[in-house]
Amino acid sequence: MNVPTEYVLALSAILFVLGVIGVLIRRNALVVFMSVELMLNSANLAFIAFARAYQSLGGQVFVFFTITVAAAEVAVGLALIVAIFRSKHSIDVDQMSSLKG
Amino acid sequence: MTSTYAAGGGLFGLAPLIIIFPLLGLLTNLLLGRRMGERFVGVVACLAVVASFGVAVSQLVALLAQPEGARVVVADWIAIGSLSVPWAIQVDTLSVTMMLMVSGVSTLIHIYATGYMHEDVRFQGDPGRYTRFFVYFNLFVAAMMVLITGDSFLTLFVGWEGVGLCSYLLIGFWYEKGAGGIGNAVAGKKAFVTNRIGDFGFLVAMFLIYTTFGSLQFEEVFLRAEEMGPAGAGALTAITLLLLVGATGKSAQIPLYVWLPDAMAGPTPVSALIHAATMVTAGIYMIARNHVLFELAPATANIAALVGAATALWAASIAVGQYDIKKVLAYSTISQLGFMVAAVGLGAYVAGMFHLVTHAFFKALLFLSAGSVIQGVERGHHHAAGHAPPSSGRAEQAFDPNDMRHMGGLRSRMPVTFAVYCIGALALAGIPPLAGFFSKDEILAEAARLDPVVYILLTSAAFLTAFYMGRQIWMVFFGQPRSGAAAHAQESPIVMTAPLAGLAVLATLGGALNLPQVHSLSRWLGHTLGEVEIGEFRWQVAALSTGLGLLAIGLSWVLYGRRPLAQGADDPLRRILGPLFAGMERKWGVDEAYNFLFVQRYVDLSRLLGDVVEGRFWHDWFHDRVLGRAYRDGTRWLSDGFDLPVIDGAANGLASLTRAAAGRLRTLQTGYVRTYALFLLLGVVAVLGYLLFR
Repeated sequence: MNVPTEYVLALSAILFVLGVIGVLIRRNALVVFMSVELMLNSANLAFIAFARAYQSLGGQVFVFFTITVAAAEVAVGLALIVAIFRSKHSIDVDQMSSLKG
Repeated sequence: MTSTYAAGGGLFGLAPLIIIFPLLGLLTNLLLGRRMGERFVGVVACLAVVASFGVAVSQLVALLAQPEGARVVVADWIAIGSLSVPWAIQVDTLSVTMMLMVSGVSTLIHIYATGYMHEDVRFQGDPGRYTRFFVYFNLFVAAMMVLITGDSFLTLFVGWEGVGLCSYLLIGFWYEKGAGGIGNAVAGKKAFVTNRIGDFGFLVAMFLIYTTFGSLQFEEVFLRAEEMGPAGAGALTAITLLLLVGATGKSAQIPLYVWLPDAMAGPTPVSALIHAATMVTAGIYMIARNHVLFELAPATANIAALVGAATALWAASIAVGQYDIKKVLAYSTISQLGFMVAAVGLGAYVAGMFHLVTHAFFKALLFLSAGSVIQGVERGHHHAAGHAPPSSGRAEQAFDPNDMRHMGGLRSRMPVTFAVYCIGALALAGIPPLAGFFSKDEILAEAARLDPVVYILLTSAAFLTAFYMGRQIWMVFFGQPRSGAAAHAQESPIVMTAPLAGLAVLATLGGALNLPQVHSLSRWLGHTLGEVEIGEFRWQVAALSTGLGLLAIGLSWVLYGRRPLAQGADDPLRRILGPLFAGMERKWGVDEAYNFLFVQRYVDLSRLLGDVVEGRFWHDWFHDRVLGRAYRDGTRWLSDGFDLPVIDGAANGLASLTRAAAGRLRTLQTGYVRTYALFLLLGVVAVLGYLLFR
């Protein structure tokens, strides 16, 4: 079965937009975080799609890097969320607006 | 006429010393006088003048050998462009005559003054001024010598101003005395200002001389004036008229004579030396020195003759009505100066100079004797007041030792003074064989020959002269003392009477200088003044003037001698002459008239300039209103209209703009993560959109 690259890219775009909407509208920090993961993975999907379309290994390699960095980011992000929760007893991002001008 | 020193005899080289000696004397006294005391000061001052006299004699000796004289150049003084005025000393018969007279009379007066000022400063209560007096006195001699010896108008002018300054300083010597505590200072100021008017004429004359002849040296000016001939008549008349104005100021002629009577506020030796014998004759000397110019301008010479004759009569009439012993002599001086000016105006330069010299002798004698009388009366006053210490009370101030009405009977109390006073008075009245007879008669003879109007005026003046001198003698020395002071008057010390005796001898024998038929002075001055016409002696003129003089003395005896004035009695002349005498007594109201015509007008003008022009126009209107208000309005506009809205507005506007912009921008900072994320997204979309559709 040969799925055209356009379809994969469209799926990737849809996933990315979903991630963006999640980041923008959800108040739970964990969900925002997962939406960010969704955006990262939509990008990975786009990499893979192009790697297959151009028969190049570079896209595959980039995805590995992305996954590694995402893992590190998740570690740091979760640690932050835990620290915020400790001080605020909430992970609602709307509660965290002390940088308001 | 003259040669330079190199060609002359060695003695001419001494000439500058005649100025230097008095200067040395005054410097010595100035530096050491306070420390060394009265005796030292007096001796130094006298020695300085004696040395000057010695120099004058040496010049006389040199001139006898070389009568054409010499010009001793001392220094290059002024050299600007074409104007070159060296400081040179003119030694000729005219200047040496003046030198001898000035230094000789000065010597005697200096000696007298050492005695007089000792008493005077004691009476006036400030012995510290003794030194100052002699410093001024020596300065005067030096300035007078500069005046006499100058060989150019400019040098003469330096001396002219120098003697004017000394006159001012010495009139105001007791500057805190006099009416209202400023009377003497006012008299000094009056003398100075009046002299300035004359000096102004002299200055303008000098300017004219320079522009017309291109030189200020006598010799060159005279040469060029003679070369010019009739072409220069107009300029010469103007120049000589202006010179005459200068002479009327310095020699106290109508209309500028008013300062001289007031100048009597100075100590009596000053009156004798400066205001009778020497300085006031400067005008006559100046005219004689410029005889060439005056001969070329007959109109001016005529005016001079008339001015002199009118002054002679006018002042003599005032002298008749005076009570102050010195005022009588002052007006007499003016009158006699009038004789001299009339003489030089008539062209009788020798007669004028002759009278100048004899007048110096007998008028100095009269003034010094008057000083002796005044001090005698002052001594008597202190004696009568019970040996009160000097200047101890108000009564003392009120007593006027100069007033002849307080005197009387001094003949027996002051015999020496009386004797010499009589000699002086007879000489002045022109009684033969005293000096005044010969000199006055020469003038009268010339006047009779040349100008009948002048002759009549001068003869009348001579008659009045004899009368007021007779009146003075009877009032002062005869009859009974009219005050306690006169009753106890004491004779003056020898240091004062000895110079009086010396002057009395000169006043007696002075006529021998130019005896009729011999004419030694005429020949002597002829070397300088050119071939002078030797005036013949006229018996009828001499007899008439002598007769009139004796008649006047007799008349004065009838009025004042036969029945002496009683204490507090009025002058017998008032009964006879009525308002005429009142006019004489009040000096014909000339001071008041001048005061009204000139002084008040000047004050009005000053007030107008000060109050209206300066005060109201310049200060109140122009400065305050125009300049001040314009500046104030200008700055107000700059401050309110420019600084506040524009400069401040720009700064403040920028600040509020920044603040407003910041206020708007801060609302972007919501603090919500999603807002930042949205902006991030929008930014990425914008960048990608740009990259896609560029």
